[in-house]
Amino acid sequence: MSRTGRIYGVNGPVIYVKDDPGLKIAEMVFAGPERLVGEVIGLKKGLTTVQVYEETTGLKPGETVEGTGAPISVLLGPGILNNIFDGVERPLSEIALKSGKYITRGVSVDSLDTEKKWPVHITVKPGDKVSAGTIIAETQETRSILHKSMVPPDYPECTVKSAAADGNYNVLEPLVVLTMPDGSERSVSLSQKWPIRIPRPTRQRYPASIPLITGQRILDTLFPIAKGGTACIPGGFGTGKTMNQHQIAKWSDADIIIYIGCGERGNEMTQVLEDFGKLSDPKTGNLMMERTSLIANTSNMPVAAREASIYTGITLAEYYRDMGYDVAIMADSTSRWAEALRELSGRLEEMPAEEGFPAYLASRLSAFYERAGMMQNLNGTEGSVSIIGAVSPQGGDFSEPVTQNTKRFVRCFWGLDKTLAYARHFPAIHWLTSYSEYLEDLSPWYRTHVSPRFVTDRTRIMAILNQESSLMEIVKLIGSDVLPDDQKLTLEIARVIRLGFLQQNAFHAEDTCVPMDKQFRMMETILYLNERCRDLIVRGMPMSILKENDIFERVIAIKYDVPNDRPELFDQYQKDIDAFYDDVLARNG
Amino acid sequence: MAIEYLGLSEINGPLVVLEGVKDAAYEEIVEFHGDDGKTRIGRITEIYEDKAVIQVFEGTDDMSLGNTHTRLTGHPMEIGLSEDILGRTFNGIGEPIDGLGEIIPEVSLNINGLPLNPVSREYPRNYINTGISAIDGLTTLIRGQKLPIFSGNGLPHDKLAAQIVRQASLGSGTDEQFAIVFAAMGVKYDVAEFFRRTFEDSGASDHVVMFLNLANDPVVERLLTPKIALTAAEYLAFEKGMHILVILTDITSYCEAMREVSSSKGEIPSRKGYPGYLYSELATLYERAGIVKGSTGSVTQIPILTMPNDDITHPIPDLTGYITEGQIVLDRVLHGQGVYPPINVLPSLSRLMKDGIGEGFTREDHQGIANQLFSCYARVGDARALASVIGEDELSPLDKQYLAFGKAFEEEFVGQLETENRSIKETLDKGWSLLHLLPREELDRVDTKILDKYYGTEQKDSEGA
Repeated sequence: MSRTGRIYGVNGPVIYVKDDPGLKIAEMVFAGPERLVGEVIGLKKGLTTVQVYEETTGLKPGETVEGTGAPISVLLGPGILNNIFDGVERPLSEIALKSGKYITRGVSVDSLDTEKKWPVHITVKPGDKVSAGTIIAETQETRSILHKSMVPPDYPECTVKSAAADGNYNVLEPLVVLTMPDGSERSVSLSQKWPIRIPRPTRQRYPASIPLITGQRILDTLFPIAKGGTACIPGGFGTGKTMNQHQIAKWSDADIIIYIGCGERGNEMTQVLEDFGKLSDPKTGNLMMERTSLIANTSNMPVAAREASIYTGITLAEYYRDMGYDVAIMADSTSRWAEALRELSGRLEEMPAEEGFPAYLASRLSAFYERAGMMQNLNGTEGSVSIIGAVSPQGGDFSEPVTQNTKRFVRCFWGLDKTLAYARHFPAIHWLTSYSEYLEDLSPWYRTHVSPRFVTDRTRIMAILNQESSLMEIVKLIGSDVLPDDQKLTLEIARVIRLGFLQQNAFHAEDTCVPMDKQFRMMETILYLNERCRDLIVRGMPMSILKENDIFERVIAIKYDVPNDRPELFDQYQKDIDAFYDDVLARNG
Repeated sequence: MAIEYLGLSEINGPLVVLEGVKDAAYEEIVEFHGDDGKTRIGRITEIYEDKAVIQVFEGTDDMSLGNTHTRLTGHPMEIGLSEDILGRTFNGIGEPIDGLGEIIPEVSLNINGLPLNPVSREYPRNYINTGISAIDGLTTLIRGQKLPIFSGNGLPHDKLAAQIVRQASLGSGTDEQFAIVFAAMGVKYDVAEFFRRTFEDSGASDHVVMFLNLANDPVVERLLTPKIALTAAEYLAFEKGMHILVILTDITSYCEAMREVSSSKGEIPSRKGYPGYLYSELATLYERAGIVKGSTGSVTQIPILTMPNDDITHPIPDLTGYITEGQIVLDRVLHGQGVYPPINVLPSLSRLMKDGIGEGFTREDHQGIANQLFSCYARVGDARALASVIGEDELSPLDKQYLAFGKAFEEEFVGQLETENRSIKETLDKGWSLLHLLPREELDRVDTKILDKYYGTEQKDSEGA
């Protein structure tokens, strides 16, 4: 039975439906003769409000709106990876085949390729007891990822009645028939549907204990994020939000990356597509696209689909988490999503709260970020979803509502700084405004997996940077010449840390991704240099003599000069620092 | 459909309300015939059952409730295009105003355009030599990019845009077809005239399409002007395979018009009274730049916007910066010092630069020297701040060197003549010669090998001595 209503009014992406066709809130509908995809967002007696995910130009009052009976859902199954979708999971390459270089309206394409036959291995046999989440079949989705098809999460405990033989199947063919407790039968295929606005259930949430290693020094060492953690990267335009997201997407040790381009530039998505189709990921050596799925809703694509894209992305991520994978989501940018909320809220003539954003902004943000986490899944496997959200604060001012509300719900704050970006200090994450609440949680991991000294070293580095900042206050007033030598040394070591450690060159083959071991040894070398110099200063050597040696520049250049796979070269630096120490003493002592 | 409706039920600013309409579509174009004999065009912006809210492009002056005939056209705003538009001048809604008669259209296209599929885009990589050091060296313009000029009232943004046009596409003797689409939204007559003269003087008039909505033309009209211009640009680029440079000026007037209409519609305002959809609207303009796979043409955009009160955090430059691929920021202090072009390089940026420069495109040292110049010039700011507190004499020798570098950088690197067309080699070499004002150990952004090759080794000798 299809329930249809008639369009009463059109205002931008919002349409109103007269009389009461019995549609439900959040139900997916098709509007007009072109069958534009929409979602019910408001019900009043006699008036239904629908937001449409496509351009509404040309819609007329009186045209039909047809309910589908189900909320906006995504199809989950093999074929998600190595693919690019729009905000409501329509594959863009299929759209391009159908409608050419432009995205036209009402294009009806399947989310996943329904023709393709996947080589499937069935993992259950008749008589097996299965429940929600049980893995029933496996197929090699890409060279990097084994796709595990599961019993949908809303199924009760039941028995396998029959199972197909291993072989080639498409995503819709029934593979396993299950007998429900009430005696009815349901079949399960490679794919399943899930509504995007409802989190997929899990059994249990674990506390954060393992870091998501990104290969970026300032993140891994100073402000780490846990697997299953949340982080935000706020920054004005040109401070490198997207660049940081790209770097994490490329080099982090997550199994799967979901990259959501939400209301951003078309060329950037094209760049990700090109880059990730060429680069190989450090973990498996296969192409990066083979572990990546892109959701592209560029800024000129319809605004309602922009709002949905974030949820589509996280639902895909949760699906792979349920298989036991560590998934990382890059959401670039959550501000565009918040603005989509604002735009729709304005069209609905809702009472605006701060800066015109709707009052429910905070609750929507928190609901989104809480879908992250390290989980025990229904089938007993462990997986995680980490969310890294970019925020584009208006005017680069962090006091605006989106940044402030996001800050309340994330535990990592990587604040980008305009002055650093102007000086082309990248990544422009400012070490004084940023923080990570995971530091405590992750300390045991760093102690056992990197070095027992790691955490204390990190604290010492931060202390030097903090001292530098208070000294700079004085320098700004009276210049650095009048400082005592030990303070001059602090400034010099802080410079070494900033240039040699914090700055990282994304375009340099070695420096773009640095293993933990090298990060640690770089820290050790810098701190050793600090120690020896301090000793010299105590012995009365002035800073000007120390500066005559090029050891500082050489330590700064370690990032380029020591290849990632040759940590033994660090020993030489230690010897060089000793030689420098002896040399200064011998010549000036 | 020849149904005509007589009479309107409300006129409010640029908006009119028509009741009792049948079969009207959202965004449909309607024609009004008034008793004054004038024909006006409007667009349906809201529709409820049989009541349509229509935005009138030419303004509602002289319209009356009783005596207006309204006719639905049955289609959204379209413009007829053919290659003959080259060399022609149109008004803000695409009607010829040069007295040369109507265009015989080859196609008729919806001016709203459609979003380009990211899958069909080609990532822009070809750099455009503008002959301006601050741009070529530090914020390189790439074919298919959208790179706005953030300016203020009284700053020479027009002169700069004209120079880019002259030197970028017109100067080179390539056989590729190029053309310029110029859209003026609410600009002064003099500005439009200045561009027209510039195009004429450089002998490019027959490669220019002009869409002019001047400051005294109807406000609502200018909401269409950039869309019409970009539709023409897309047509020439992707259907006819030309390289198109689009100049849009002034985006601020466009946004003001949007605010005016939004407020008369009674919409809920967001920042500074601009409507909540300002970002989406700007994005639908700017995103219409790019290169498409399988087509030889490209659309490069140089929008010009005057920042109200020189405030870069104002919603218009702010949202623009989040959509465009960088920005060129003009600075009043530099302008006051007589530096032309007064480009403040620190906040200026080209996002596509990194992939369009370096070996094979410009020169291997390009990225390195650009980073180094940025970094050193940022240090100059610190030195100047310090000098203003303790006086220049008290500065350390190194800070004094930075001051000297800063002055030379502004005068010799950024500053150049309006007619000067520097090659990329000249630009980069000039950068290196300026860096010689600083000691080698200050240059920490450049790979050691590049430094040895371009900075020279004489410095090293003195170090060894």
